[in-house]
Amino acid sequence: MKSRRWLPYALLIPGILWLAVFFITPMFNLAATSLYDPTGSLDAGYQMTFHFANYSDALSQYYPQFLRSFTYAGIATVCALLIAYPLAYAIALKSGKWKNFLLVLVIAPFFTSFLVRTLAWTAILGDNSTFIHFLRDIHLLSPGGRILATPIAVITGLTYNFLPFMTLPLYASLEKVDPRLIEASSDLYASAFTGFRKVTVPLSMPGVVAGTLLTFIPASGDYINSTLLGQGARTSMVGNIIDSAFLVRLAYPLAAALSFMLMAIIVVLVVIYVRRAGTEELV
Amino acid sequence: MAQSESLGGDVQLVHLTKEFGTFTAVDDLNLVIPKGSFFALLGPSGCGKTTTLRMVAGLEEPTSGQILIGERDISYERPYRRPVNTVFQSYALFPHLDIFENVAFGLRRRGIKDVKAPVESILSLVELDGYARRMPAQLSGGQQQRVAVARALINKPEVLLLDEPLGALDLKLRRAMQIELKRIQVEVGITFVHVTHDQEEAMTMADTIAVMNAGKVEQMGTPTDLYENPRTTFVANFLGQSNLIAGNVVDRGDDLGVDLYGNRIRVPRSRTSTNSDSLWVGVRPEKINITLAGQPTLGANVISGIVTDASYIGVSTQYLIKTTWGEELMVFEQNLQNSGARPGETVNLSWEPAHTFALDATQDVGAGAGAGEAHS
Repeated sequence: MKSRRWLPYALLIPGILWLAVFFITPMFNLAATSLYDPTGSLDAGYQMTFHFANYSDALSQYYPQFLRSFTYAGIATVCALLIAYPLAYAIALKSGKWKNFLLVLVIAPFFTSFLVRTLAWTAILGDNSTFIHFLRDIHLLSPGGRILATPIAVITGLTYNFLPFMTLPLYASLEKVDPRLIEASSDLYASAFTGFRKVTVPLSMPGVVAGTLLTFIPASGDYINSTLLGQGARTSMVGNIIDSAFLVRLAYPLAAALSFMLMAIIVVLVVIYVRRAGTEELV
Repeated sequence: MAQSESLGGDVQLVHLTKEFGTFTAVDDLNLVIPKGSFFALLGPSGCGKTTTLRMVAGLEEPTSGQILIGERDISYERPYRRPVNTVFQSYALFPHLDIFENVAFGLRRRGIKDVKAPVESILSLVELDGYARRMPAQLSGGQQQRVAVARALINKPEVLLLDEPLGALDLKLRRAMQIELKRIQVEVGITFVHVTHDQEEAMTMADTIAVMNAGKVEQMGTPTDLYENPRTTFVANFLGQSNLIAGNVVDRGDDLGVDLYGNRIRVPRSRTSTNSDSLWVGVRPEKINITLAGQPTLGANVISGIVTDASYIGVSTQYLIKTTWGEELMVFEQNLQNSGARPGETVNLSWEPAHTFALDATQDVGAGAGAGEAHS
């Protein structure tokens, strides 16, 4: 039979076209915008002056928001991992006939919009909510204390919203762990906990890496949680700055420079992380 | 956990029973596995042999009964506290650890720091020197199998359990590994309990075989004993092949005189496992001589029949002979003093009384037939 060498390339065409139109072109556009003369405006038009100072200006002005973004995203990722690991473990290995039902429950929040779900948290964490009253009653909160409009609220929202992205990859990798390997470890003098630590955890590392990336990356660029649950400059993240620079202040070069930097920093962090996770001695 | 320096003792299974719901996988099993022996549990799939092994390993909990190693009752001990290690059918090598760390796993769990020397020495015992830093996925099936053996043996267990350890290997490699495992067992002197459905494998390797069927031991003995003197139709059919002919006792002397559809034959009393008058008379196909009608016969027990099929398979020629009562008997004739019988010819079948055995006729004549097909 004649081999059709062109076929794989032909199959790539739709995807490449899509990326060219909707990713590569806008990226070029954004890169160009980030180097425009910042004194221009939408009405007067922008001059391309290769104004690299846009980047240093943006960073010197907004580094607290960058730091806050990565701090919040980092804490939310750790929280999501701590919640999702036992959950995924239970679904993958202990749930029996309930497995599919529980998986549907994990995905169920996607049936409502991200915005609505986050708004729901403003009610849960609102100053007069039952939950807050309860926390005050058991003295976890002072009588006038609040959670809404604090970093805790933002991190809670981020954790909640990205939890399924952590759970599903963890589930996928835990489900693949061969129970016979756990039996083998118990045959070789490992207690249940040691077997978990020495066999299950290392074998689920691909899920941990995928889940943390899928949580950390979108959480770093998120601004909805900060807007709705943080409600102020004290909790604003870099996403909020980009949002207002683009849509309110119409400072396009600044917004583009911030966007590019956010992307670059995330890429660097991810590369470092994946390399460490990939080569690190896992035992 | 200190490794017991006393070399343990016999493994005893006492009234061991395992039920899964209403299904009884292992049914009131009583067995003594002598210390230092190479013991095989042989039987078709579903006979309870693997469940028995898993109970000894601690991976299943008995429904009732006891498991003792020497004086020590380990029936309900946690698997990681038992002086027992297992070579799994799937090998179950840890895919994220290299060969060295796989083999060192048990030692490390017991807090032994200096593992380099023992790991290297056990790897050389299984002839895998130089493979320490490979990953399991980079090894062939036979090499993985030897890693699994090394990983279990390094812990110097009192008993090594082998669960169909050669099942995944091709025929040639399996033969080589059978000899290899036997060599290792002799070298280390540990009790090996080997579970298999392959009768040839069990007979090649084991000193003692327990043939299991439906959760019970049908018969236990040396390979020769089981083959030459089966005591149930299951064993007669499962280990090799047997011709079983219905007969009635007509005379009880030193030998039993038995009538087979009008032919009078003799069976030694010692080779009769029943007091019933109604028998299955058995004889192995290679014990029967074929002589053409009219020529002198070569054994005291004689019947006649017509050749219906003859297939030449190199080492022997396999005949199917239809008897006067319509039963087809199998005869293997060495290609040395070939009778030259052809399909359609009338022949005499003869064999010695000493090669005859007799079983109780209440048993199913077809039990175990086909279930023990060897892979060869």
